[in-house]
Amino acid sequence: MKNNKQDAALRGGHLGSRRAILKSLGAAGLVTAASGLVLPAHVLAQLTDDKPEAQPRQGGRIRVATNSSSTRDTLDPAKASLSTDYVRMYMVYSGLTQFNRELGADLALAETIESDNQQDWHITLRSGVTFHDGKSLTPQDVVYSLMRHKDPDVTSRVAPIAAQFEEVVVTGERSLRIMLKAPNADLPVMLASSNFCVVADGTTDFSRTANGTGPYQLKEFSAGVRTIGVRNPNFWKPGKPYLDEIELVGIADESSRVNALLSGDIQMVLAVDPRSTKRVKRSGTCDVMQTESSLYTNLVMRQDAYPTNNPDFVMAIKYMTDRELIKRALFRGYATIANDHPVAPSHKYFHHELPQRPYDIDRAKFHLKKAGMNGLRVPIFASPVATGSVDMAALMQLSGIEAGVHLGINRVPADGYWSNHWMKHPLGFGNINPRVSLDELFSLFFKSDAPWNESGWQNQQFDQLLLAARGEGDDAKRKQMYWDMQELIHQHCGIGIPVFMNLIDGYDKRVKGIFPIPTGGLMGYSFAEHVWLDA
Amino acid sequence: MKVIFQLIIKRIGLSIITLFIVSAVVFFIANLLPGDAAQEMLGQSATPEAVAALREAYGLNDPPLTRYAKWLTGLVTGDAGMSLANSRPVSELISSRLSKSLLLAGLTTVIAVPFAMLLGIVAAMYSGRRVDKIMNIATLSMVAVPEFLLATIFVLIFAVELNWLPSLSYIPADAGVYEYFRAFALPVATLCIVLSAQMARMTRAAVLEQLSQPYVEMALLKGSPLSRAVLRHALPNAVGPIVNAVALSLSYLLGGVVIVEVIFNYPGVASLMVDAVTNRDMPLLQACAMLFCTGYLILVLIADLSAILANPKLRTGG
Repeated sequence: MKNNKQDAALRGGHLGSRRAILKSLGAAGLVTAASGLVLPAHVLAQLTDDKPEAQPRQGGRIRVATNSSSTRDTLDPAKASLSTDYVRMYMVYSGLTQFNRELGADLALAETIESDNQQDWHITLRSGVTFHDGKSLTPQDVVYSLMRHKDPDVTSRVAPIAAQFEEVVVTGERSLRIMLKAPNADLPVMLASSNFCVVADGTTDFSRTANGTGPYQLKEFSAGVRTIGVRNPNFWKPGKPYLDEIELVGIADESSRVNALLSGDIQMVLAVDPRSTKRVKRSGTCDVMQTESSLYTNLVMRQDAYPTNNPDFVMAIKYMTDRELIKRALFRGYATIANDHPVAPSHKYFHHELPQRPYDIDRAKFHLKKAGMNGLRVPIFASPVATGSVDMAALMQLSGIEAGVHLGINRVPADGYWSNHWMKHPLGFGNINPRVSLDELFSLFFKSDAPWNESGWQNQQFDQLLLAARGEGDDAKRKQMYWDMQELIHQHCGIGIPVFMNLIDGYDKRVKGIFPIPTGGLMGYSFAEHVWLDA
Repeated sequence: MKVIFQLIIKRIGLSIITLFIVSAVVFFIANLLPGDAAQEMLGQSATPEAVAALREAYGLNDPPLTRYAKWLTGLVTGDAGMSLANSRPVSELISSRLSKSLLLAGLTTVIAVPFAMLLGIVAAMYSGRRVDKIMNIATLSMVAVPEFLLATIFVLIFAVELNWLPSLSYIPADAGVYEYFRAFALPVATLCIVLSAQMARMTRAAVLEQLSQPYVEMALLKGSPLSRAVLRHALPNAVGPIVNAVALSLSYLLGGVVIVEVIFNYPGVASLMVDAVTNRDMPLLQACAMLFCTGYLILVLIADLSAILANPKLRTGG
């Protein structure tokens, strides 16, 4: 009985006030908890202070499900391309830096990262870090891990980003130097992405084994089936990780994923549909976590095709977008209103003085009339793979009727959408995942010669600003440049961004220590080293 | 006996020709799919240079006939090639999944076939009576219900609400009989219901047809009880169509259970094939298609043979 009381007290203290719990602990005359955990003074301090979160506890095993898993699953950081891969990378490997909840980069394997000119970077490594096989971390491992992305045979997903590395060389026992082709102040953030995780020097075979410095050691890997990681006792963060074992699986079907969470077979799931959130909350045992991300589904209006090459037509479409309705009806409120540029309000460089573009049919009518396109019939391509695009197209169609343009929805299959339809029609949809830095986002999707310049937008002023901002060390000046770029996209680019979608994860309430990291769901895919189980 | 032996040889020969034709069809249809492995691998982030490099590495630039010839000779010598998606041998990928698929199919068969036969025979024996009517309604509605609905309802009731069974079909490494039972209960139940309904309908029809024959009437007039007339006289003659129906239903267990595999996250061959399609992993896709086709041919062969063995007229070649 006494033990039960203490147990309940440790679980979060719903028995009464914290004072009462302390009293009951005192009455029991001991400071040892039931689960064999010694309750030292600092835990008592924790109980008395205002944080309801208890002290992390070691042990336990959880099963986690993401939404995508196939025979393409990989252990090679260079090839990681889907959520399950990202989670797996952060489970077994560490990077030089890692993302924090403000979207900045904290130091990880690197002890210092310094540069005077944002081009010539000096890195010192943390000492005493070992790989899972016992080998010590050396600068040569880092050099190998970064430079292999430049090898065409590796077919790295981040080869275009790695192309910025002029050379990476060992400069000392624990230090190395990264020389970039041009200045880039975002290097520390770039290095936090899962693709740049550090592998042991010379590793070429990633088919079954993964030798990393991450929080969990690989116990089993079967592509498209499961990944099991066991606690790395020599992890470089003292006291971490907390769990004994994590099993990672992919469940593609959303309702199966949520059912598995609710029936207790899974403790954390990625990507819960807004429609399922009520069910999860009602269960009492599980809850959802929202992550405000910069993930968006956007209208693509090609600047090199009729009729989207007419700026007035583009403007009309932008005014025809009922953002409030999209947020409410499509995403049940789990979204953030966007302003036709790709920077989310949570970002430190978000242009908050730029007026929000309203839903205004009259102005849309005006622009259509100016363009002489009243009563025009235009096909709009949507696909389930661009999340929400089919419903968005339907809403656009309705406002189009009011404004005087007939949008004919062409719903095309998810399969092959990116290679056969995306950016290939005058009016269609894209779906852009959060990127680690604005520089990367703009370079990939908005620069005139960008590989995925979705609308084929050509703007020299934007290109110059982008290059200038990359090398700008002064934060205030850099911010101004990013503001100018947002304004240019908002005014002139053939991209319409209605809302940013919030990421929703579901979790068993016994899983503790979770908080959102905006680069992705499940704490920016890096939950493995943070969570613990309150059993 | 000699007749049967000749027949088997002939059928196997025909099967090989069929497989050859199927291989050509599968190869060329698979190549009609828009996009290729290189594009799918790089996904949204495919740049022309990256795609070209990957195509070169995968040998996708060879003309289709050359690739077909290469693939076919590999297949004949027992080498199904390497998976493009994760560069492991296709045979290795399939073998790890095939045993799981066969286990699921085997368990379902063992339960569904006797159950369906029993239902069908009882319904035929009491045709037109209340038992038959109830069974008719039950089986017809089960044939009409899609399995994903049935599976989802089962999960909602038994896993989410009652919490009796797991919602996913996972077998831990050191699983005992009890774990196996729990893991398989829901998927096997779903499949059994869907399959039994179809097989029971066919069994009922086949037995009923025999029961209207004069020889059954004769047996009944001679004083044989109904059960004997059905089991001894009618059933052997009805075996042909029944076994055919069973074989068709079972062939579905190999490749057609993808929805059940998805809902219970069961790693079988069917979902492997779907992966192969989405990844444009042609060697794997083609190997799966050939495997399903082979399985189908074997089942049909077994069905034909059992029909012949069960029928004295055919058995003696008369």
